[in-house]
Amino acid sequence: MIIDACGLSCPQPVILAMNAIKDNKSYFQIIVDSNVASENVKRLAESKGYNIQMEIIDEKIQLTLTK
Amino acid sequence: MARKTFSQFLASSWGIIVTGAVIGILAPILQKFGNPPNMGICVACFERDIAGAIGLHRVSIVQYIRPEILGFVIGSMIAAFIFREFKARTGSAPIVRFILGVFAMIGALCFLGCPWRALLRLTGGDINAVLGLLGLTIGIGIGDQFLKYGYNLGRSYKTYFSAGLIMPIIMFGLLILLILHPKFTQDGAVFFSEKGPGSMHAPIIISLVVSLIIGFIAQRTRFCTMGSIRDVLLVGDLHLMRGIIALVITAFLTNLALGQVHFGIQGQPIAHSNHIWNVLGMTLAGLAFVLAGGCPGRQLILSGEGDNDAGVFVLGMITGAAFAHNFDLAGKPDKIVEGLTQAGGPSFAGMIAVIIGIAVCLAIGFTMREKI
Repeated sequence: MIIDACGLSCPQPVILAMNAIKDNKSYFQIIVDSNVASENVKRLAESKGYNIQMEIIDEKIQLTLTK
Repeated sequence: MARKTFSQFLASSWGIIVTGAVIGILAPILQKFGNPPNMGICVACFERDIAGAIGLHRVSIVQYIRPEILGFVIGSMIAAFIFREFKARTGSAPIVRFILGVFAMIGALCFLGCPWRALLRLTGGDINAVLGLLGLTIGIGIGDQFLKYGYNLGRSYKTYFSAGLIMPIIMFGLLILLILHPKFTQDGAVFFSEKGPGSMHAPIIISLVVSLIIGFIAQRTRFCTMGSIRDVLLVGDLHLMRGIIALVITAFLTNLALGQVHFGIQGQPIAHSNHIWNVLGMTLAGLAFVLAGGCPGRQLILSGEGDNDAGVFVLGMITGAAFAHNFDLAGKPDKIVEGLTQAGGPSFAGMIAVIIGIAVCLAIGFTMREKI
């Protein structure tokens, strides 16, 4: 699953990530376009025990979360 | 490399704690240097003073171009440029944000302070601040429910670089008006109060340096009072809350060291003890902050890094301040007459305005939901 959270201000990206976590997704990607959103999603994912891989593509940040 | 290490430090838990502590220490010091009591920094009050200085309202005791507001925006812009985070963006429901700004200010001025000042009032011994903070938490709690059920104002989009500079340039313009203090007509703007809270201010250079520092680190750490409560309630995230706790502890100790702590409920400086309206005013403000995505301080920081949506909210707040004083909606401080304290609070019109504001915010929350 890929979540596009570009242009959404916080906490929207975090809420979208949280919904995916609630659905027990063991693998999903979320694309954000600000460092703030990336930091917030990372903090949430770490607290829920996910591994995070970060990739920057065309000024956008793609976070891959796996458990 | 040093820049990256510094950036990582500020993004950590320690970064947010340092930010809270810096505000907690510097705000009471600004008060010592001349800012009004328990108002070392107040984003709502200071934007209100700016509205008065340029004549949007004519209440002669609250008119001054507060350098702190300019410094927050410009400090944030400098940080955003250095760390390559300046991004001109716009387009997410501007008029809704404007209205939210107007009512956020009406709510904050009913209580007499933004969340930063609520914390500073508390650390100066003003127990009424507890009620303000309670209201703030209630408002944020209500806003969180809307967020959970799909409320959002849509996406913002990249815009022209120069568009992102508009808010910082407005602040530079205000800085020029502050320094030159021109009189455009004999009895006209620019107005600076000769008595009352508006006349009390630290030297410009000190206010500017302090606010540039705060603007800079707040941009790096995303310090936000509303966000701290929102994140605890919504996702159980304590990150931003650590900054608030640091602010409260350091501000209390600094106030203590400077002899600025006076515990009490009635007759506190530029505050009223009308409990219901302290709660309801801040309930409105808290709700409006959540729906708009940031406390007044955070909105200034965002507008400095190119976020025009935050800029629209700031302009809404300044306009709201004009309404609050032109229509006599703002809370009136307690008065001491012949040794007796007369409780202040909002006028009847002020109460109605707060209720209308809550109704408008609820309507926005209920009707602006979608699956993204």
